[in-house]
Amino acid sequence: QFLGGLGFVMVEKGTSLLKMMEISVAEAEKRTGKNAVNMQETYTVYLIETRPVDAASEGTNPVPDSLWRRYSEFELLRNYLLVTYPFSVVPPLPEKRAEFVWHKLSADNMDPDFVERRRVGLENFLLRVASHPDLSSDKIFYSFLTEENGWKETVFETGFQAKADSRLKALNATFRVKNPDKRFAEMKHYGDELQSVISQLLRVRARAADRLYGVYKVHGNYGRVFSEWSAIEKEMGDGLQSAGHHMDAYAASVDDILEEEEHYADQLKEYLFYADALRAVCRKHELTQYELEMAAQDLTSKKQQREELATGTIRTFSLKGMTSKLFGQETPEQREAKVKMLETQIEEGEELVKERNTECEEFVKSAWVDIERFKEQKDHDLREALISYAIMQISMCKKGIQVWNNAKECFSKM
Amino acid sequence: MLRLLSQQLRLNERDLHASVFGPGKDSKTDTSTTQTDGSSFNASMQTSPASMINQYKFEEEEEDADTKDIFVTVDNPESHVTAIETYITYRVETKTTRSEFDSSEFEVRRRYQDFLWLKGRLEEAHPTLIVHPLPEKFVMKGMVERFNEDFIETRRRALHKFLNKIAEHPIFSSSEDFKIFLTAGSGELTSHKKQGPGFLSRMGETVKAVAAAVRGVRNRPQEFTDMQEYAEAFSQKISSLDKVTQRIVREQKEYLEELKECGPTYALWSQSEQELAEPLKNVAGCVDNCCKETEEQVKHLNDHLIPVLHEYVLCADTLKAVLRRRDNIQADFEGKTEALATKKADRDADSKVLSLAWDSLVGRSPEEVKQQKQQKLKGEIKEMRDELDKAEDRLEWANNALKTDWTRWQKVMRTDLRSAFIDTAERNVSYYEKCLAVWESFLQSQRTDAEGNGNVDSS
Repeated sequence: QFLGGLGFVMVEKGTSLLKMMEISVAEAEKRTGKNAVNMQETYTVYLIETRPVDAASEGTNPVPDSLWRRYSEFELLRNYLLVTYPFSVVPPLPEKRAEFVWHKLSADNMDPDFVERRRVGLENFLLRVASHPDLSSDKIFYSFLTEENGWKETVFETGFQAKADSRLKALNATFRVKNPDKRFAEMKHYGDELQSVISQLLRVRARAADRLYGVYKVHGNYGRVFSEWSAIEKEMGDGLQSAGHHMDAYAASVDDILEEEEHYADQLKEYLFYADALRAVCRKHELTQYELEMAAQDLTSKKQQREELATGTIRTFSLKGMTSKLFGQETPEQREAKVKMLETQIEEGEELVKERNTECEEFVKSAWVDIERFKEQKDHDLREALISYAIMQISMCKKGIQVWNNAKECFSKM
Repeated sequence: MLRLLSQQLRLNERDLHASVFGPGKDSKTDTSTTQTDGSSFNASMQTSPASMINQYKFEEEEEDADTKDIFVTVDNPESHVTAIETYITYRVETKTTRSEFDSSEFEVRRRYQDFLWLKGRLEEAHPTLIVHPLPEKFVMKGMVERFNEDFIETRRRALHKFLNKIAEHPIFSSSEDFKIFLTAGSGELTSHKKQGPGFLSRMGETVKAVAAAVRGVRNRPQEFTDMQEYAEAFSQKISSLDKVTQRIVREQKEYLEELKECGPTYALWSQSEQELAEPLKNVAGCVDNCCKETEEQVKHLNDHLIPVLHEYVLCADTLKAVLRRRDNIQADFEGKTEALATKKADRDADSKVLSLAWDSLVGRSPEEVKQQKQQKLKGEIKEMRDELDKAEDRLEWANNALKTDWTRWQKVMRTDLRSAFIDTAERNVSYYEKCLAVWESFLQSQRTDAEGNGNVDSS
């Protein structure tokens, strides 16, 4: 099993791509160049390295293949996957801009710590996709990893943009489904709750981190004052001076502690964004359902129109009907033509309904499989995250015990 | 050295007292009026050999911290309401094996004013000894309520420490005022208080002290200048430590506020989950436990370290005051030296043209006048010489007393601050140990869970 950069990516047995190749996002670099409007811009690129699995296990360890990609290309890849696999809970990208920062953490995208955390997040994204039963075999994904030039064009050639646009329009419009699927409604609700509670947790955690930083850093002042005080004392001097050093060490230790906690925050953030992906699937299902219902509704109305024409009773209102009433009845030939047209439309409509029905059923089937898979993954990952949080807390406590025991010894020598 | 000095100190306390506060009983000339303050000197003025030996033994034992023989407790604050005012009294309980106490156990009630009085008396009697500070009369910032529970408790603790510091001091513990404070009924105490030097003599004392201060000291020995520098520096450092510690408490409290929201958030999350519900609830519980521990830890800092640091901030001021008083004693001595020299110069001056002229005007012979003048000067000079000798003695005793008590104070300070810091460090270790246990139990529960479910994680 290949564990990702953060050590918590669960890889399923029998996944296609990861069985074949090792993937990593090894480095990040700053570049400058001209953008679309011919202006100078600075951006970061990330080095994607791939290596066939067999080669490593043979012990020859060849140089990996590599190419550089920037964040926007990752975004393009993900958008493509979203449109092409609407029933999959598509792994999220690390955040575009730093959110939930506490004061010491920079909100600057160019900040080296942010870039490093993003590098790790991007690697995690690739590993998640590569271990996904459906997404890992996608050709565009493969060429993302292996073909530096012309990849963008290849993606656009798939025509996913058009689908994306129409889907986007539909998704953003408000519509109501007559017979909502209970399971998906519950899932969507769960996605809402998950997003809300993780946001809250991240916010609270960031504020607490800020405060903790303050507590530790103020102890550094002890170091300074003890040192100054030791200068005027005779017997107490040594004890004070060395105790002061431990206070300085204590103050400095918070930087590592909080950096580790950022990893935990990143793990939570991934699932914050996953919640979004989950909701997207539910929304797309709703859309599919809605389209089916629309088609069915349309078919029913057309059938009714045919019936009316055949029996001559007007039950449904139609403009044509009204105008014919006002401007005179139509000829039998005209009626004949109309009936024929309706028959064609009804045929087409039945086809459409069948199609949409199948689409819907397949969507539900595939989506539900992936949702179950996602649920298991989420339960496992988050449990691991909580465990690693506990381990972090324990480590912090151990450091604290050590520092204060040392300080106590120094104080005893005062 | 301390023992001998204490003995000698007791015999010459009244002279010491006199140099700063005006003439009192004089063992040499016996001309002045009796001190009517039922003074602190009485106990120490017993001149029978037996009692001297007693005191001698005392001091020896007192040097050994384990054989403290006066134990004082301050507790049980009670509110008293009268037509004029509302005030708090504290129960002061004393247990002692000392012979000069009529009994071995006493219980009285005292209010803050009474403590102030005692402190004043000790300082008057021993201007260059270091009296442990009392908690402040009014609270600076923050609390306004004098009768706020926390305020009363903090004050009670400080008063308790004050009395115990007095009880542990080789000289103060034998003070008659101290004994009366510990044992007298409230009526007795009130009448004893009234026996202090009267208002007018107090005025005289203050004027003398101000005059001495204005005169300033000319040749301060280096060691006292060193002490002053130390007192300044110590004052700064201990004030900084006080401020730093208060800042830590503030930051901890703000951290606690944020942390208090974490647990409930995890609990809220657990309500949306199935598999994750149990670990999330568990984590919520752990965070809440850590909150409780943090709260305790903050309370400990507030109740233990901060009061000690605060006491020593006040001590630093006491040090400076004691050094000032010593300076005044020296200034007084220097002033008297100068005055004597001037008088002698007068005596040795050949003629006083103007005065002789005047005297001849009023019909006295030059020789007569000269004789009278010389007699007068001789008398004045003798008086001044006596005064100067006394001032010199006072100065010597003041200096020695200060030096000895300074050393003693430094030892006590060192012990107090050392144990306060050790205590804080131990508390912090305990805090982290408790939090550690909380999180380890979480890990344990997850491990047994995992094993129960058949997945063993490689964490």
